[in-house]
Amino acid sequence: MSTGEEQAALLELRGVSRVHGEGPTAVHALRDVSVSVAAGELVAVMGPSGSGKSTLLNLAGGLDSPTKGQVAVEGVELGGLSRGALAAVRRRSVGYVFQELNLVPALTAAENVSLPRELDGVGARAARVEALEALAAVDMEELAQRFPDDMSGGQQQRVAIARALVGPRRLLLADEPTGALDSHTGEAVLRLLRARCDSGAGGVLVTHEARHAAWADRVVFLRDGTVVDDTGSAPGAETLLSGTAG
Amino acid sequence: MYGYQLRAEFESRTGGTWPLNVGQVYTTLARLERDGLVEPAGELADKDADKHVFYRCTEAGAAELREWFDSPVNPEGRPRDELAIKLGLAVGSPGVDVRAVIQRQRTHTMRTLRDYTRLKADVAETDLAWQLVLDSLIFQAEAEVRWLDYCQERLERAGAEAGGTPLGRGGPSQGEGADGVLAGREDR
Repeated sequence: MSTGEEQAALLELRGVSRVHGEGPTAVHALRDVSVSVAAGELVAVMGPSGSGKSTLLNLAGGLDSPTKGQVAVEGVELGGLSRGALAAVRRRSVGYVFQELNLVPALTAAENVSLPRELDGVGARAARVEALEALAAVDMEELAQRFPDDMSGGQQQRVAIARALVGPRRLLLADEPTGALDSHTGEAVLRLLRARCDSGAGGVLVTHEARHAAWADRVVFLRDGTVVDDTGSAPGAETLLSGTAG
Repeated sequence: MYGYQLRAEFESRTGGTWPLNVGQVYTTLARLERDGLVEPAGELADKDADKHVFYRCTEAGAAELREWFDSPVNPEGRPRDELAIKLGLAVGSPGVDVRAVIQRQRTHTMRTLRDYTRLKADVAETDLAWQLVLDSLIFQAEAEVRWLDYCQERLERAGAEAGGTPLGRGGPSQGEGADGVLAGREDR
């Protein structure tokens, strides 16, 4: 799935700060944070509560705007956009997966996944075709007619991932997507996120579990709104075990 | 089995995480034979005319092996924990930024954890032995990250209570863990 668009990062935060309030009571949720996510890359964000993880995710998805700095999604600077244009970028480029409340209970899996495409203005039939493709990519094609209540938590989360990446969407923002799942199911969801990124999507995964963050290419650690730690990208797998003997 | 086969079996079950040299295998076999736990079981020359000595478990050896599988591994028997010692010594040493020590270690361990996870993603479902060994490494690395986060929190809290200097001289409460390590794990 790699295309010529890879040069532009899917997501770029440049020198982003977010301050809530003013004067002596101002809260600096983020200070001068720069993070970029390329196509094919999964970046995990860790940090204690209150360190700015959720703020970062909200800024990345255009749900909030920075006090300072720029956010660009697929090369489009969100700062200069009208409200309508911003909503369009949010809908067409970005998908969200949260810990819960992901699916509409009254809609089947296929309807849940095609909904955002119909809202995009794609015809119902075309949206359905795209939805079934997206469900197939997460191995959920056979449950397309099920309602969320008739699925396990892990299956629901797979559908949520399909919905986040249906159609042209390539940037996936996930906030503790395995929170409510047992460890085996949670791992399956992370493997899926990893696989979707390996086939061309880009993802930001907010988690407090190191074992989950370890599925990412890079782990960014926030404390008090600042990036204090970045693991950098992985080396080749061949060099991994040289240090463990003895 | 003969020496090379034993080594190959050990490495395949542990994914080559702890490579053995074949000399180690032969010295170990010689010791086991001396102690009556294994005995020679014939020789065979392969197609290159290399001679292989086969060994099998004696009854005493089989009993010893059962005993080993039946007993839990004692943490005191493992090599002492250099990281715990390092942190213990860092707290209260003038001119050492304990937070930086912890953060560096955290980055390092997080990378290790990611790299193991990457390996795990490629391990076949059917290779259960290697998966279990890899999971053991993953959980150990995860535990270390959690412990480091906990240390970081303790330091912040101690700093807040001490009023300003985040890492003043550690009182007994901060030195506790490391003292235990120093006192209790002097083996090897």
